[in-house]
Amino acid sequence: MSGTHSLGIDRIACDGYGLCAELLPELVELDEWGYPIVGSAPLTGQALGHARRAVAACPALALRLDRAQHRAPDRQSPQRT
Amino acid sequence: MTGIVPLAAGPSPLWYATRAGGTVALVLLTATVALGIAVGGRYTPRRLARFEVSALHRNLAVLTLAFLAVHIVTAILDTFVHLGWLVTVVPFTASYRPLWLGLGTVAFDLLLAVAATSAIRLRMGQRRWKTVHWLAYAAWPVALFHAAGTGTDTRLTLQLALYAACVALVVAAVWWRLYRAGPGRVAMRLWTGVTAAAVPVVLTAFLSSGPLQPGWAHRASGPAPAATGAVHPAPAPTDDAGGSE
Repeated sequence: MSGTHSLGIDRIACDGYGLCAELLPELVELDEWGYPIVGSAPLTGQALGHARRAVAACPALALRLDRAQHRAPDRQSPQRT
Repeated sequence: MTGIVPLAAGPSPLWYATRAGGTVALVLLTATVALGIAVGGRYTPRRLARFEVSALHRNLAVLTLAFLAVHIVTAILDTFVHLGWLVTVVPFTASYRPLWLGLGTVAFDLLLAVAATSAIRLRMGQRRWKTVHWLAYAAWPVALFHAAGTGTDTRLTLQLALYAACVALVVAAVWWRLYRAGPGRVAMRLWTGVTAAAVPVVLTAFLSSGPLQPGWAHRASGPAPAATGAVHPAPAPTDDAGGSE
C-alpha cells in the first residue's frame, strides 16, 4: 500500500485554517494568504500516518488523501474491453 | 407517589456520584461549547497551535461524554429514585420529575448525535456533519435547564455561582465570536447575540420563580405540564364556566 497515496486539496472547500501546515510542516507550505501548497509526491510509511491525522483534523475537510497515479493503468484496462 | 422511599435512609454514594458527575459534565460541556464557539471562526491563538485547540475541543467533548456516562449510570443504579434504562434515550418517560429529567435525556440524545457524526465525519462530508454539529448549541441550554430544574445542589450558593460562571463563559464566547466576525449576515448575528443574552435572563427568571422557591421539590415531581396538557379532558373548563353562577 505504501507509495500509492498523495495529498490533495479541495481548493473550494479550503478556508485557509492552516492546521495542515501545523501538523505536516514537512509536506505542506502556506502561501502568503495562508492557503496550503502541497507536493504530489507519493507518501510512504510514517508520512502516510501523519498525513491521515492531518486529513482527519482539517476543519473544512478540504485536505484529502488521493490515490497516486500508479493506479491509473488499472483503471484504463476495463474501458478497453 | 410521594414517600415511596423513606427519606431517613439517606442518599447513597451513587447519588453523590450522580450529582458530582452531572456537575462536572456541565462544566466540561460548557468548556467544550465555549471553546468551540470561540475558535470556530478564523481565530488563530498566538501561543497555541490551531490543531492543539481543535484537539482540546475534541478531548473535552469526549471527557464530557465520559462524565455523562457516570452521571447517567449512577442515577439509574441508585435506588433512591427508580429509573429504567429507557430513560437514558427516551425523554419525558421518567417517573421522577419527568420534565426536568427529560431535558437531560434530550441533551444527552443531542450530544450522542453530535458525537456519532463527528466520529464518521470523514465519511459524512462537511456540510452534513456541520448541520448535525449545530445541535450542540441546543444541547447546552437544555442541559443547563436540566441542571437548574432537577439538580439536587441547585439551591447551594456555590452551585449557583458555578451556573452563573458557565452562562457567563458561553455568552462571552458568543459575543467575542460575533465581535470578531466579519461584515455580513447582520440579521443572523443580531439574532445570535440577543439569543445568547436571553439565556441568563430566562435562567434567572426560572430559578427565582421555580427551584429557589419553597416547595419546588413537590412541584417538580408532578407530571410534565406538556404531558398532562395533551391528555387533559376537554369538558373540564366548560363545567367550571357553567358552575360559576
